[in-house]
Amino acid sequence: MRNIIRRDGEFFQRDRDLQPQAYTPIYKTSVARSPRHALLSIDNSLSEITGPMFNHNELGPLDHDMLKNYAKGGDPIGERIIVHGRVLDENGRPVPNTLVEVWQANAGGRYRHRNDSYLAPIDPNFGGCGRCLTDEDGYYFFRTVKPGAYPWRNYVNSWRPAHIHFSIFGSGFAQRLITQMYFEGDPLIAKCPIVNTVPDREATARLVAPLDVNAGVPMDMLAYKFDIVLRGRRSTLFENRLEGN
Amino acid sequence: MVQPLGYLKETASQTAGPYVHIGLIPKQAGFAIFDNDFGGNLVGPKTRGERIVIEGRVIDGAGELVRDALIELWQANSVGRYNHPDDRQDDKALDADFRGWGRAGTDFETGLYRFETIKPGRVPGREGKLQAPHASLWIVSRGINIGLQTRVYFSDETEANAADPVLNAIAMRERRKTLIAQKSSRDGQTIYTFDIVLQGDNETVFFDA
Repeated sequence: MRNIIRRDGEFFQRDRDLQPQAYTPIYKTSVARSPRHALLSIDNSLSEITGPMFNHNELGPLDHDMLKNYAKGGDPIGERIIVHGRVLDENGRPVPNTLVEVWQANAGGRYRHRNDSYLAPIDPNFGGCGRCLTDEDGYYFFRTVKPGAYPWRNYVNSWRPAHIHFSIFGSGFAQRLITQMYFEGDPLIAKCPIVNTVPDREATARLVAPLDVNAGVPMDMLAYKFDIVLRGRRSTLFENRLEGN
Repeated sequence: MVQPLGYLKETASQTAGPYVHIGLIPKQAGFAIFDNDFGGNLVGPKTRGERIVIEGRVIDGAGELVRDALIELWQANSVGRYNHPDDRQDDKALDADFRGWGRAGTDFETGLYRFETIKPGRVPGREGKLQAPHASLWIVSRGINIGLQTRVYFSDETEANAADPVLNAIAMRERRKTLIAQKSSRDGQTIYTFDIVLQGDNETVFFDA
């Protein structure tokens, strides 16, 4: 008797038509920080299909709760929200037990960072970062406040739309991804040079989280749903002859 | 008409921005929040293998130091096995005291990044061809729209490097040296210096892998 075993193999080729190019003059900082040579295409080896794994015991119980994980004497100022969704791959399969890290400005648009000198005040009860592991269905969940928009020097008067930065690992190092989540209905999204580094309108739309009233908590908080898709993997089929047959 | 293939599309990358430290290495942003921070030290007292330091700078197209970059490193253990279930080299021992991953920011003043790790063993590549010892790097920062992938090889592995399938895939021979960290010794430590040049003369080879 024989059966077929399916193992995860290489990653699908990254669709570069959906990803920003390195050199995007509308986003000025990219001009001096973008390689000029073409990327070298290499086949995946073990070095690319493997990647770091993390355990629940490495995270603290409040790491995912940005309303509480830096609270000194009360909750942070701002609109209380849930941000949740699933990490999937291009095959539509959940990516379980993977580390999701987020960071953001406070409700006034100020980051807790020694290099941020924007006028809006620091919130003593808000750190602005969180992390969690996806569950077996690829699901993740954060509580936070809705970040504010803030100005930055790209053009003289450029403003970032409200956004949350996401860092996701996946199962192999070649899946590593950092992106930003935006909020449905924000008029600053379409004007943002960083958003517009993405060359495909549908790909841009997939960075915008819809309001998810069903997932909110009555008399407490609204929710936004943001699904993240990492590169898919080919299946390698092995024929396995069972012992004694 | 045909059936739809039904694949999902990969989420688009966006720059990590100037405040990446908050989310990934909050102490460098200037505050303590998590009990357990991830950092650039990959080794503990029981980790097996030769202790090394990999350090260097990130340099932009104007020759300026990039002082707000974040670099992650992923490597095999001292016998050339990755701490991951898809590495099925059962003849090689796993090291319970070595995950093989770390992250480090370039310093806001000096521009230096630094990893304390062990020299990785050799890992098989495609079609069983042995690869030279190497570590994979992933670089993000303000101005980098999608993380840059590259590898560090080691200057004292001349023979292995000469036969490495990835180094040999670089058609411009002169550029192969951009992936080779130079070995030196300081205060009794073995240092491999690896500068990452984002653009211009001596631009580092980056991969689409």
